[in-house]
Amino acid sequence: MGIIGDVIAWLTDPAHWTGPSGIPTRVAEHLAISLAALVIASLIALPIGLYVGHTRRGGQSAVNVANLARAIPSLALIGIAVPITVLVDPQVGFKVLPTLIAMIVLGIPPILINTYTGITEVDRDLTEAANGMGLTSRQVLTGVELPLAASVIMAGIGSAAVQIIATATLGAIFGFGGLGSYLVQGIAQNDDAMLFSGVVLVAALAVGAEAAFGFLGRALRPHEVDTATPALLEPSQPEGTPAVG
Amino acid sequence: MPDPTPTPAANASSSTPHAATVEFDHVTKTYDPRAAKAGAPGAVNDLSLSIPAGRICVLVGPSGCGKTTSLKMVNRLIEPTKGRILLDGVDVATRDVTELRRGIGYVIQQTGLFPHQTIEDNVATVPRLLGWPKARQKERAQELLGVVGLDPSRYARRYPAQLSGGERQRVGVARALAADPPVMLMDEPFGAVDPIVRERLQNEFLRLQEQLAKTILFVTHDIDEAIKLGDVVAVFRDGGIVEQFAPPAEILAAPASEFVARFVGADRGLKRLSLTRVNDVELGHAPTARAGDGAADARERTRRNELPYLLLLDAEDRPIGWVDEARLPAEGQLGDRLVSATSPLLDRRTTLKDALSMLLDADVQIGVVVDRRGAYRGIITVEQIAGFTRETAREAQVRADAATG
Ligand SMILES: Nc1ncnc2c1ncn2[C@@H]1O[C@H](COP(=O)(O)OP(=O)(O)OP(=O)(O)O)[C@@H](O)[C@H]1O
Ligand SMILES: [Mg+2]
Repeated sequence: MGIIGDVIAWLTDPAHWTGPSGIPTRVAEHLAISLAALVIASLIALPIGLYVGHTRRGGQSAVNVANLARAIPSLALIGIAVPITVLVDPQVGFKVLPTLIAMIVLGIPPILINTYTGITEVDRDLTEAANGMGLTSRQVLTGVELPLAASVIMAGIGSAAVQIIATATLGAIFGFGGLGSYLVQGIAQNDDAMLFSGVVLVAALAVGAEAAFGFLGRALRPHEVDTATPALLEPSQPEGTPAVG
Repeated sequence: MPDPTPTPAANASSSTPHAATVEFDHVTKTYDPRAAKAGAPGAVNDLSLSIPAGRICVLVGPSGCGKTTSLKMVNRLIEPTKGRILLDGVDVATRDVTELRRGIGYVIQQTGLFPHQTIEDNVATVPRLLGWPKARQKERAQELLGVVGLDPSRYARRYPAQLSGGERQRVGVARALAADPPVMLMDEPFGAVDPIVRERLQNEFLRLQEQLAKTILFVTHDIDEAIKLGDVVAVFRDGGIVEQFAPPAEILAAPASEFVARFVGADRGLKRLSLTRVNDVELGHAPTARAGDGAADARERTRRNELPYLLLLDAEDRPIGWVDEARLPAEGQLGDRLVSATSPLLDRRTTLKDALSMLLDADVQIGVVVDRRGAYRGIITVEQIAGFTRETAREAQVRADAATG
C-alpha cells in the first residue's frame, strides 16, 4: 500500500483521536500556542505599523528591520531564544518559551509591513480632506485610514498566522507538544504514516487559517473596489465601518 | 494693492451673518527655508488680499503659482512662514485648529469623499464631528443632497464609487456646506469633469451662492471660470504674487500688466461681452406698427427714421418681422405678407456675446429685444455693442488709473 493509503489509515484510526497524544489534543495545543503568538505579534506590530504609516516617519527603516527578521531561519531563531529563556526560567526554558518567541518574531514582519503599506496607500487627498474638515489626527487614523487599510492588514495577519503555525511545528523538537510531535516521533520511530499525517495536519491548519483571514479581509474591503452597478445593490450591504468621531 | 470695488451682487445687502471677511496680511510661504536664504522665491510672497464677506473671490493663475498653498493657509493645512490670515478680523493662528476647520467648508478637485462611507454619512461628516444628534445629521444630509440636486432617496445610501464624477463633486459641495460654515475654500472643484457638466455645476453653484451668500475662496486655472464665477478675481503669477485684484469686468477691460493681458487672452473683448447682458445696454428703437394699422402713417414714420425697415408687431406687441421701406404701400392696411425678413429675438438676460453671435448670423443684423411675455422692448445693433464696449473700457481704465495712481 502506498504512503497515501497509510496516511489515510493513520488519520482515520480511532485510536489516534483520543488521549493526550491524540489528534484533537495536539491540534488544540498547536492552535493555542499559535493564537497566543499571533495575538502578541499583532499587539507589537499593529501599533508600530499604524504609527509609522500614519505619521510616515521612520517607515522605511521599520520595514527594513522587519524584513531582516523575516530572513532569519525559524530554527536559528529558536536556537537563539533557548539560552535567553533558560536564563529566565530553566523549567519553561526548554519547553514552550523559545518556540513562542520565535513564532512572535516571525509573525511581526508581515503584520508590520502590511499595516504600514495599507495605511500609506490610503490616498493622501483623502486624509488631507479629512484633516481639512477638522478630523483630529486620531480620527483620521481610526475613521479613515484604518477602515481603508483593514483588508490589507488582515492579509498581513493571515500570512503571519501561516508563518506561526508552521513554526509551531518546530516546538516539538524542544519538548513542546503540538502537531510537531508527530513529525519528531515519526522520524524517531521510522513511522512514515505518523510523520506524513503530521505534515498533512499542519498544512491543513495553515491553509485553513489563510482561508479564514482571506475571508475576513474580503469582508473588510472598502466599497471603493465595489464594482456592482447601483441598480443591483441591495440596501442590506455590510455596514461600512466604525463611524468617525 | 488696489482695493477692489466688487460689483454688488443682487444679494449684497442681505450678506448674512453667516459670511465672514477673509484677509491675507503680508503672507509669505517658503517650503524650503534654505533655498529661500539662497534667494529663491517662495511659493507665496508677501500676499495681501482682502475679501469682503459674502463674495466669491477667485484665485486664478498658471500651474504652480501658489493658489493651493494660499488656500490651505486659510484652514491651516499649511502654516505661513510670515504674515497673518484674518477671519473676521481674528488671526487664524490663534484659533484651535480643529475648531477652525470645522467652521470652514473645504472642497477639493479629487473630492476626498470617504469611499467606505455612504453618501449620506459623507455629507454628515462635520455635523457628526460637532456631535449633532443622529436624527439631525441625517436630516441635514438629506436636505443638502436636495440642495445640490441629488435625490436623497436615490443617492443617500450609495457609496462614492457608485457615482459619476459630477455627482461626486456635488456631494463634495454638500459635505462642505453641512455645518453651514461662513467661509468655503474650493480648490478646482469642477476641474475634473467634462465641460458640459462643469458649466452646469457652475450655474448651480452661482444659483446656490445667491441664497447662501458665503465668503468663498475659489481656486481655478481657467480664466473663463474665474470671470464667470468671481465677484472679485485675483490673478496670480509665479511665486504667489498677485498681479491684479479686481472685479472680472475690470480685469478684462483694463488688465493691470502685460502678464494679466496675456493670461486673460487676446479674446478678452469677447469675454467682456459675456459679462454684460442686453439689459445693461441702452436700447435703440425701430419704427414699429401693428398688423392692421394704416400703411400711410407707418410709411411716413419709416421714411423719417434712419432705419430702412419697419418692425411689424402683432396685437400683443410681439414682433412678427421686418418690412422693407420700399415695400410699404402708400395706403391700405399693414399685413403679415409684407414681412420680408426676421432677425433674432433677444431676451434681456442674453449676454452681449451671445447677442453678437446671433446678430452676425442673421439676415437683418438688428437684434430685437423682447420682454418675458415676448413683447417688443427695443433693438440692439452691432454698432451699439461696439460702442458700449469702448465706453466701458474707457471707464474701467479711468477707475484702474485712479486706484493705482
Ligand atoms: N509640500 C510642498 N513642498 C514643497 N514645495 C511645494 C509643496 N507644495 C507646493 N510646493 C511648491 O509651491 C509652489 C506652489 O504650489 P501650489 O500647489 O500652491 O500651486 P498651484 O497654484 O495650486 O498650482 P496648480 O494649479 O498646479 O494646482 C509650486 O512651485 C510647488 O512646487
Ligand atoms: Mg493647486
